[in-house]
Amino acid sequence: MDAIMLQEKLVERLLCPRVRTARQKEKQYVGFATLPNQVHRKSVKKGFDFTLMVAGESGMGKSTLVNSLFLTDLYKDRKLLNAEERINQTVEIIKHTVDIEEKGVKLKLTIVDTPGFGDAVNNNECWKPITDYIDQQFEQYFRDESGLNRKNIQDNRVHCCLYFIPPFGHGLRPVDVEFMKALHEKVNIIPLIAKADCLTPNEIKKLKDRVREEIDKFGIKVYQFPECDSDEDEEFKQLDKELKECTPFAVIGSNTVVEARGQRVRGRLYPWGIVEVENQSHCDFVKLRNMLIRSHMHDLKDVTCDVHYENYRAQCIQEMTSKLAQDNRMESPIPILPLSTPDVDTEKLIKMKDEELKRMQEMLNKMQQQMHDKDQ
Amino acid sequence: KLNAVGRANEEKRNLSLGGHVGFDSLPDQLVSKSVTQGFCFNILCVGETGIGKSTLMNTLFNTMFENEEASHYQNGVYLRPRTYDLQESNVHLKLTIVDTVGFGDQINKEDSYKPIVDYIDTQFENYLQEELKIKRSLFNYHDTRIHICLYFIAPTGHSLKSLDLVTMKKLDSKVSIIPIIAKADTVSKSELHKFKIKIMSELVSNGVQIYQFPTDDEAVSEINASMNAHLPFAVVGSVEEVKVGNKTVRARQYPWGVVQVENESHCDFVKLREMLIRVNMEDLREQTHARHYELYRRCKLEEMGFKDTDPDSQPFSLQETYEAKRKEFLGDLQRKEEEMRQMFVNKVKETEAELKEKERELHEKFEQLKRMHQEEKRKVEEKRRDLEEEMNAFNRKKMAVETLSLSQPLKKDKDKKK
Repeated sequence: MDAIMLQEKLVERLLCPRVRTARQKEKQYVGFATLPNQVHRKSVKKGFDFTLMVAGESGMGKSTLVNSLFLTDLYKDRKLLNAEERINQTVEIIKHTVDIEEKGVKLKLTIVDTPGFGDAVNNNECWKPITDYIDQQFEQYFRDESGLNRKNIQDNRVHCCLYFIPPFGHGLRPVDVEFMKALHEKVNIIPLIAKADCLTPNEIKKLKDRVREEIDKFGIKVYQFPECDSDEDEEFKQLDKELKECTPFAVIGSNTVVEARGQRVRGRLYPWGIVEVENQSHCDFVKLRNMLIRSHMHDLKDVTCDVHYENYRAQCIQEMTSKLAQDNRMESPIPILPLSTPDVDTEKLIKMKDEELKRMQEMLNKMQQQMHDKDQ
Repeated sequence: KLNAVGRANEEKRNLSLGGHVGFDSLPDQLVSKSVTQGFCFNILCVGETGIGKSTLMNTLFNTMFENEEASHYQNGVYLRPRTYDLQESNVHLKLTIVDTVGFGDQINKEDSYKPIVDYIDTQFENYLQEELKIKRSLFNYHDTRIHICLYFIAPTGHSLKSLDLVTMKKLDSKVSIIPIIAKADTVSKSELHKFKIKIMSELVSNGVQIYQFPTDDEAVSEINASMNAHLPFAVVGSVEEVKVGNKTVRARQYPWGVVQVENESHCDFVKLREMLIRVNMEDLREQTHARHYELYRRCKLEEMGFKDTDPDSQPFSLQETYEAKRKEFLGDLQRKEEEMRQMFVNKVKETEAELKEKERELHEKFEQLKRMHQEEKRKVEEKRRDLEEEMNAFNRKKMAVETLSLSQPLKKDKDKKK
């Protein structure tokens, strides 16, 4: 169910001229039904952009998966650190930007890499550089959006974060939970089970159930697929349901092409068999690709703009106004009398003096009384 | 022919025997004694949660040891030893498997190696205490010292993790380490080759000592030497049985194929079992006792102040050293007691002084207040006297005025009448 193909079919139907027959009393064709086509044309001309972040420990297959998804080789000649160098490693943020084109549609794809995440011995707050980076992009966009010249705003906001969960454990680990909780309100998180070729189908199911349970338990808000419209056909709805029940996707990636069943496919060659990356019974790679690129790429961008960015913007503005109000109170001119709140010591002194005065007054009264009595 | 001249020289002489004496049965006697005694073997498995330690143990010993899945949310690392009695033909084995629960799960793993090192040292310490006893029963002693540490490396395909390096460096002087690549069915052959080379080079460049299978015994030197080249072993564990051809083997069934645990072209499980159990188990026990334990013992005794020779190069007697140590210790205790008593006395004096000071202050204040009160009273008295005087003066004036007024009107009348 290619969304673009669907759209094209719809446009075709709308564009054919209606035949005016005597029987059918139809309205005269106005023509705004061509709007989708116009949108399509303009967007192709403008081109698209998408920023994808990949996060997870070293050796989870992130780079391999990105290469498999976009069928390119983004990571030529990269240098991996030794275990010794990683003992105290800090997390870096590395961006790779490529321009790719398919059937006339241009995509500026940015992959944000996070090498060093979870690799050091002490990983306290290792996600901080990542949250700072995301906030920086939001801030940059906020400033650009509020500026005077808004013609060429560059959207560097992160639209989606693929988080790689190791398949070797029994579920989520503390570092996974903390990372996702720190980021779930700033970016769309899609958790993936990495290197799924070390799990049998039963083990995959168990692990997926466990991970989904723990995500609910810890209150992590991962990216939810939007509900499909009620007027879509049953087949589409069924596929959509299957997709949702399949999360988190168990993926396998490969940089090599092997010969399997007479075809050349991306896969991994083992002595006991060949794992095909695009075989749906081997892993969920195809589901991930379809979801991420073919159907929901734009929705990811929308959620980033409408939800995460708006949250950030509202929070930012609130902070700014409350700070301004505080500053205003300090520097106001004379009409507003400064409420000098007396500090604790002077208050005490005043109280003491008050009491003394009271006591003296009482004594005086007593003495007067005494004298009065004496006189009488 | 025996050369029966009894020369008292230091050289060893090789004599040739005239007949069959029979001491060639000595190894058999030793073996039969060991078999009746039973053997004991202790394995420590170090690796992150879920990496396959329990499954591998089950696969190695072809038994289902009871095991619950560990959680990822332990606050720290703790060791869980479990002892089992196994028997194969007529050989009894007391097997202890020590698991590291929670290893690798915390966010801050700087202290992860400590519980492991402490456990190993405690086992050594227990043995040392037994050895130093006056009445000891070493032949009966359940030896819990760790004979082998299997370190499970995660199959990332790149290199060791930083935690692996730090931990192995702390353990290599205390225990024999065999590194193994766990869940190796996720690494393809070519990746595996590069991975193994990378791991070994990292271990070497960081000076981590791992267990080398011994090549000094000709019977096994060849196989051991070739196995040394295959380290670290890439293993796959499974207790499930799958039908392959017309046999049922232990394997893992995937949609794309079946990984057979005992197939040498699939993984190195067979090599590990050969090396660990069938060939070198006894050597591992020896290494632990002769090398690691001796090192621990020497360090510990030196710490306690024992030396092999005293300043005059005469061998120390253990007893004398004990006496000296004991005296020192008692002297220390006495000194500490004195100190505490002194401290207590000082504290009491201090508090007394403070209390006295407070008392004095209160007294002063009382005096001050009394004085103030007197002063006030005096003032009031003065005022009263002034007031009285005024009143008196006023009364006198009043009387004067009254008498004046009394006399005045008569005069007027008198004037009027004239």
